[in-house]
Amino acid sequence: MSQPQTERGATPVVRAIDLHKSFGPVHVLRGVSLQVRTGEVLCVMGPSGSGKSTFLRCINQLERVDGGELWVRDELVGHKLRDGKLYELREREIARQRRGIGMVFQRFNLFPHMTAVGNVVEGPMRALKRNRSDAHAAARRLLDRVGLSDKYDAYPGQLSGGQQQRVAIARALAMEPYLMLFDEPTSALDPELVGEVLDVMKALAGDGMTMIVVTHEVGFAREVGDTLVFMDDGIVVESGPPRDVVSAPQHPRTKEFLSRVLG
Amino acid sequence: MTSTGRGGTTTAAPPPGPGQLAGLPRVPLRHYGRWVSAAVVIVLVALLVRAFAQGGIEWSVVGRYLTASAILHGLQNTIIITLCSMALAIVLGVLVAVMRMSANPVTRTVAFGYIWLFRGIPVLLQLLIWYNLALVFPTVGFGPFEARMIDVMTPFMAALLGLGINMSAYTAELVRAGILSVDKGQIEAAQAISLTPNQIRRRIVLPQAMRVILPPLGNEFISTLKMSSLAAVITYGEMLETAEFIYYSNNRVIELLIVAAIWYLAVVSVLSVIQHFVERRFGRGFQSTPTRKARSIGRRLKGAPEQ
Repeated sequence: MSQPQTERGATPVVRAIDLHKSFGPVHVLRGVSLQVRTGEVLCVMGPSGSGKSTFLRCINQLERVDGGELWVRDELVGHKLRDGKLYELREREIARQRRGIGMVFQRFNLFPHMTAVGNVVEGPMRALKRNRSDAHAAARRLLDRVGLSDKYDAYPGQLSGGQQQRVAIARALAMEPYLMLFDEPTSALDPELVGEVLDVMKALAGDGMTMIVVTHEVGFAREVGDTLVFMDDGIVVESGPPRDVVSAPQHPRTKEFLSRVLG
Repeated sequence: MTSTGRGGTTTAAPPPGPGQLAGLPRVPLRHYGRWVSAAVVIVLVALLVRAFAQGGIEWSVVGRYLTASAILHGLQNTIIITLCSMALAIVLGVLVAVMRMSANPVTRTVAFGYIWLFRGIPVLLQLLIWYNLALVFPTVGFGPFEARMIDVMTPFMAALLGLGINMSAYTAELVRAGILSVDKGQIEAAQAISLTPNQIRRRIVLPQAMRVILPPLGNEFISTLKMSSLAAVITYGEMLETAEFIYYSNNRVIELLIVAAIWYLAVVSVLSVIQHFVERRFGRGFQSTPTRKARSIGRRLKGAPEQ
């Protein structure tokens, strides 16, 4: 698997080396290796069950890696190297490693008992120990940025799917991340609501945010992505500039998948 | 219908066709069955009221004893034992629920055994066992401290342990159900904004679990209140025992039982009101749907068509 070595930034934000992960007897990741550099937008595609979501979830340790190495900003994820052994990290340490990584979920996962602002200030106030008025002011600015200036005090149950997902993006951004992970952010949305979420993500990419996006939106990948990775059966099958991969896929499985997605 | 339609057979105007029905009066369906069932129920209730009014109940005695100091003292003891055993039940219940869901098989099994044991034995029997513990354990000691069991296991203590531990087994299952009802995605979202496990429990899981736990917990509170009357058999001076003592001497059996019943109902009513407000507090973010549902139920009861 040859990786493009000269991308935009110089330092890799994420470096995966031969990652393996099993759920019981199911071998989901079978040696994933790739790099994401500062400011890069990496789009990950592949059929369901190909391991793309699992890979994303390993990066902020919602899943524990079984084998291989995962480095985020020159720090080994999930383990500490001491005396030639890898020691599993405690929850508190894991929470610290997650601090600069924002994640957006397919099903939004907003906290239903908190307002939009309440959702956004939760992380800054509890994990970053920001004071209340600063956190609230920042939350309002972020909600303005995702176009929800009139929904500060709305509960998630009163918002549309697209609005909920934009609150979720604001919630992730409130942690001032250097890396944003998107796990099929538009898959649970009605078609007419997809655009408003993609627009927010495009603006974010334009601001230079490093992003890994698991998505089926070929248009988004082509327009915004720097690299498109195609995964199948737990490995990276093909990767390259999105335009090239979409218009001239090399691997037969990529061809087959794209022909199905593009119709 | 216009005036020409009166008298039935005089006109041969054709019935209005499609597109001509605007403005016609609409006659709701008559629910005759509801009138019949209402009448039957009212008659039965009236008969019941009459029976009680004609029976030999001395209502003046009921009124006199309702605020007698002995009864009020019993009421006070009833409320104290209910509050204390519920507090114990909640503390132990949360602990056992957490143990039951632990990754550690030993704590999980112990919690399972605890629930099996204390939920499976009748409360009355548990009360008797605690109260008579001195028969088999004459002394009880914690490290260097030692005391006679008779001094430790007062009627209050036996009632507290009997009721509290029994209820804690139920509470544990309620708490567990509540925690399991919280979507796994909620915990992941909380982890993703790097909250610690403690913060996730306190800020995300418990508040959402409370919404599910509170209604049955309110029922449990009410059950405990009523079950506290069983403590009469171990001579704890709660309301029922007090009422019994009084009627042993003056023979106004039913009157005093009614006095106790009135007080139980009064306390249960107060608890229900409190429960309503606490549930509303923890229902934040879920209100819009219930009210809409409530309105549609209201419409249905009135027999109006649903929108």
